[in-house]
Amino acid sequence: MTEGYNFAYLDEQTKRMIRRALLKAVAIPGHQVPFGSREMPLPYGWGTGGIQVTASILGTNDVLKVIDQGADDTTNAVSIRRFFARTADVATTTHTADATVIQTRHRIPEKTLRDNQIIVYQVPQPEPLYRLESSRVETRRMHGLADYGLMHVKLYEDVARFGQISISYDYPVLVNQRYLMSPSPIPAFDNPKMDRMPALQLFGAGREKRIYAIPPWTAVRSLDFDDHPFRAINASEPCGLCGATDSYLDEVVIDDRGGRLFVCSDTDHCAERRAAGHIGKDGFAEAAE
Amino acid sequence: MTAVPNGHDGLITARGLYLSFGAIPALVDVDIDLWPGEVLAVVGESGSGKTTLLNVLSGRVAPDAGAVLYTDPEGEQHDVHTMPAPALRTLHRSDWGFVHQDPKQNLRMNVSAGGNVGERLMARGARHYGTIRAEAIDWLTQVEIDADRVDDLPRTFSGGMLQRLQIARTLVTHPRLVFMDEPTGGLDVSVQARLLDLIRTLVARLGIAAVLVTHDIAVARLLAHRIAVMQRGRVVETGLTDQVLDDPQHAYTQLLVSSVLQV
Ligand SMILES: Nc1ncnc2c1ncn2[C@@H]1O[C@H](COP(=O)(O)OP(=O)(O)O)[C@@H](O)[C@H]1O
Ligand SMILES: [Mg+2]
Repeated sequence: MTEGYNFAYLDEQTKRMIRRALLKAVAIPGHQVPFGSREMPLPYGWGTGGIQVTASILGTNDVLKVIDQGADDTTNAVSIRRFFARTADVATTTHTADATVIQTRHRIPEKTLRDNQIIVYQVPQPEPLYRLESSRVETRRMHGLADYGLMHVKLYEDVARFGQISISYDYPVLVNQRYLMSPSPIPAFDNPKMDRMPALQLFGAGREKRIYAIPPWTAVRSLDFDDHPFRAINASEPCGLCGATDSYLDEVVIDDRGGRLFVCSDTDHCAERRAAGHIGKDGFAEAAE
Repeated sequence: MTAVPNGHDGLITARGLYLSFGAIPALVDVDIDLWPGEVLAVVGESGSGKTTLLNVLSGRVAPDAGAVLYTDPEGEQHDVHTMPAPALRTLHRSDWGFVHQDPKQNLRMNVSAGGNVGERLMARGARHYGTIRAEAIDWLTQVEIDADRVDDLPRTFSGGMLQRLQIARTLVTHPRLVFMDEPTGGLDVSVQARLLDLIRTLVARLGIAAVLVTHDIAVARLLAHRIAVMQRGRVVETGLTDQVLDDPQHAYTQLLVSSVLQV
């Protein structure tokens, strides 16, 4: 562990303050709790909110996984993982099943999370109404009174204009039948995973200084109309590498002749399937381990 | 605080309203009764306290003294200024409506006409797109806006259309009581006449009670069952519209009526 830093970088005073905010957030599912966000050795947009939450809940026995867009090996994921390996000396993993804490940007792992795991979301904009109502005072009042007609107006406008609800990321949800919540910019495909998830879900927005949470097994409903029900949209073909038909796929350009490939965005999920012998049409057999 | 009589079955019963802005008394000792299905016009010159009265009656501004009681459809009375904020909010988006002089204050200018009309339905829990849209189109037609404008943004609408759109947006939930502040102000005379006719027809057909603020005696005569004349924050005369206008008792009312006749 790097000398000169407190465990997990943040001082104990700050961690206690963040834990108090977390406890309040868990007690009021989906409600945004303000917290005194600290300067972190990373710029906003790099997950400073998520990092502060992770720093406040990590213990020495935790095993940390960090993903960015589903992948463990992107710059952002690698640097956050390395940050905690150095400042907290915790074990890290890329295997969803082995992690006790998963910090994420833009995805929920495909593997169903368990009740002894915590998922920490990095949140750029915690206010689901901010595009529709610029006044913070007004959005706070709307949350206070559960006055969410405006969000439905946005959905109405979508259906009127496009024939369907056209939100593919950050699809608004109602938590515990009470608070309207931004799930962060995860694909709408991941929304159903939030509903009655056994794992604790924590959300940190560093620049906006807000924390919110979904306790285990809480009802999370994606807003919709009776005659235009929520649908998790995905690519229509299976993963080219592992053949999965039920995972979220990224479209990857593979050459300069417009060739493209659909592959699992969750790299751990894809690798695990390939290791188990699943092969997609563009894949190749893995060497037996 | 003046006691409000019990067992009163007026829709709105206000007693002893007082409100000053610094040294300016905007409301002085105002009593108002409004009965179900009744249209009450509040007339008076600019600055006499009409808008302030409307804001206090509708719970948007608290008086320094006095009380406003609202009787709900179950016959239960609520003090508008002491009831919990969520309950007042619910009233405003279901039982009540508010029509502003400037429709842009109420409309969402970047939301289609249909979305504007549908908002109150959705706020009340409507979750069937087809039904919401059908009702929006029905209401656009009722306020004489072409059904094929349903997806257009209000900024492409004329002043008169904007005001009609605001009325559709307000009436779509069939409120029992509508507060209107100079609803025809700022419009061309020819447009005003058509709008007044529309308001009169809708209010009568739906049996809506209304408090209508206007500085225009002719508007009051056309729309109101009863009239309250305000001068410097006081209601100086009140009664049936025809009686008050044909045989004004108070000197200020006489002045108001005669200045209309001179026009
Ligand atoms: N928010 C306010 N602050 C200070 N003075 C106000 C305010 N609102 C109204 N007034 C004053 O109260 C009086 C009544 O105003 P208002 O109710 O708007 O009259 P009306 O609608 O009849 O023109 C006027 O003298 C006005 O200047
Ligand atoms: Mg006024």
